[in-house]
Amino acid sequence: MIWGRSRQIAGISGDEPAMTVESAASAFQVHASDNVATLLGEAAAGAPLQIVGPAQNSALATLEKIELGHKVAITAIPEGAPITKFGVVIGIAKRPIEPGEWVHLHNCRSQLDERSGRFDVHTGEPGDNAYA
Amino acid sequence: MPELIAKPTSNDGVPPVSILRPGKTASSQETRTWRGYLRPDGRKGIRNHLLVVYTVECASFVAQEIAKDEPDTHVIGFPGCYDNDYAIRLMLALATHPNIGGVLAVGLGCEYTQPHRIAEAVRSSGRPAESFFIQEHGGTRLSVAFGKDHLASLRARAQENAVKVPMTWADLTIGAECGGSDGTSGLAGNPVVGRAFDQLVDLGGSAIFEEVVEMIGLRDLMVSRAASPQAAQKLGATYDKMLNYCKAVRQYSISPGNFAGGLTTIEEKSMGAFAKGGSRPIQGAIRVSERPPHPGLWLLDSVPDDHFMQFGYTNPNDTEGIMDLIAAGAQIVLFITGRGSVIGSAVAPLVKITGNARTYRNMTEDMDFNAGRVLSGELTMDEAAAELMDLIADVASGQPSKPERLGHREFFLMYKHQDAPSLEAGCRA
Repeated sequence: MIWGRSRQIAGISGDEPAMTVESAASAFQVHASDNVATLLGEAAAGAPLQIVGPAQNSALATLEKIELGHKVAITAIPEGAPITKFGVVIGIAKRPIEPGEWVHLHNCRSQLDERSGRFDVHTGEPGDNAYA
Repeated sequence: MPELIAKPTSNDGVPPVSILRPGKTASSQETRTWRGYLRPDGRKGIRNHLLVVYTVECASFVAQEIAKDEPDTHVIGFPGCYDNDYAIRLMLALATHPNIGGVLAVGLGCEYTQPHRIAEAVRSSGRPAESFFIQEHGGTRLSVAFGKDHLASLRARAQENAVKVPMTWADLTIGAECGGSDGTSGLAGNPVVGRAFDQLVDLGGSAIFEEVVEMIGLRDLMVSRAASPQAAQKLGATYDKMLNYCKAVRQYSISPGNFAGGLTTIEEKSMGAFAKGGSRPIQGAIRVSERPPHPGLWLLDSVPDDHFMQFGYTNPNDTEGIMDLIAAGAQIVLFITGRGSVIGSAVAPLVKITGNARTYRNMTEDMDFNAGRVLSGELTMDEAAAELMDLIADVASGQPSKPERLGHREFFLMYKHQDAPSLEAGCRA
């Protein structure tokens, strides 16, 4: 595993939904320079969120509900600033982003792929194609 | 604590990150052997399947009916009437794959692609092969009966020819593909496969990863991993062709399911996808239907060549990439899917891995491996990779993977153009 066996909590075994229980309130920051972290479980709005990773072991409060595998801002990100994960720029902030905010299609754009910025922020469904 | 060794940098700077430090080779696996099928070209297969090949869509129903209720028989084919060099090379690579013991080629009779030429090529590989045109055998029912007779005779000959010999890791070529990726894929599923790839390479085997279209922004990282200056040149050129292609067709390899799973941009998805390539030097880039000239880690370039760019897309679905990997000689393909997928593959077993414990729970019958245990703290990355290597050896020994058990044998092939496999440095050095 990535950050050490010590995080294992008694009672979680086999193929139980470990991430949704044990990791419900944690997010992983892959690289010290990252300004986002990836949710290891689902976090409710206003929930305290533990940020784990190479750079820090800190906490912040989520500003909204964030799903497993999605990203949370761990610093304030000004409009037009790079959004960094894995130590690389994965997109540009479309508007100012607060710490604790969900970072996704609505506030982060690709530097190459223009089309996806118009998709449904929850389902990813493309709404830009006529079916009639 | 974190095994991440990464330096902050921009996408355009020096190699930004090596996600995980090389894993230690688990000593228990080094000596593991199993029995496989020795083919006349010296390669060894882990299955002894028969293959029915149709040469146009019009012959596909008859081909499927011939293979129906024949558990050892898989079907591949090409839908187009007008022929395509890339498609012919791919079908021949699969028809002479080490997992295949005999081949029946079935055509309608009007099309460009010739079944008898396929059968001749297979026979010259030392395997039994037959062919016929449906129009010469009186329609659907009679052709199916004729084909089934051929199949019985091919099976008998394939079993007669079978030479069982010991196999080791050095005899294996394994492919890696991801599909239905989510936010867990880059953190767990792909890194576990990358670490297993490191072990396979250290044990003398061959590892192939593809999806160059999911390496956006990673040119410098890719090139920094090259095993030689020639390989570096080849990897750089492969990246440049890919980026030109994506910009020209304005298609990026990211789907609604990826967005729903938390991936926001193709740049983010790329960094996670690249993790399945592990940490060993990349020997070069091979093209579709080319085999790695020597063991080690290889990149497969499945992107169409420039002058054909106005036609067709690459990476239309996961199955196409999986077939490209099998055409490179992979006897097993590892498929990493965070969101979950229910495909298998013709010719070579697909082993399905998810980094998402929720997906594993929802689709346990289809998922071979739960890499989500790495995220929950149940397993270390090294333990997960060792367990995955054990599973690979079990499947190589004959244990059906979950997609095989469910009867999956998906195949996909469409028009594409790539220049004939090149013999340039980096590939044949």
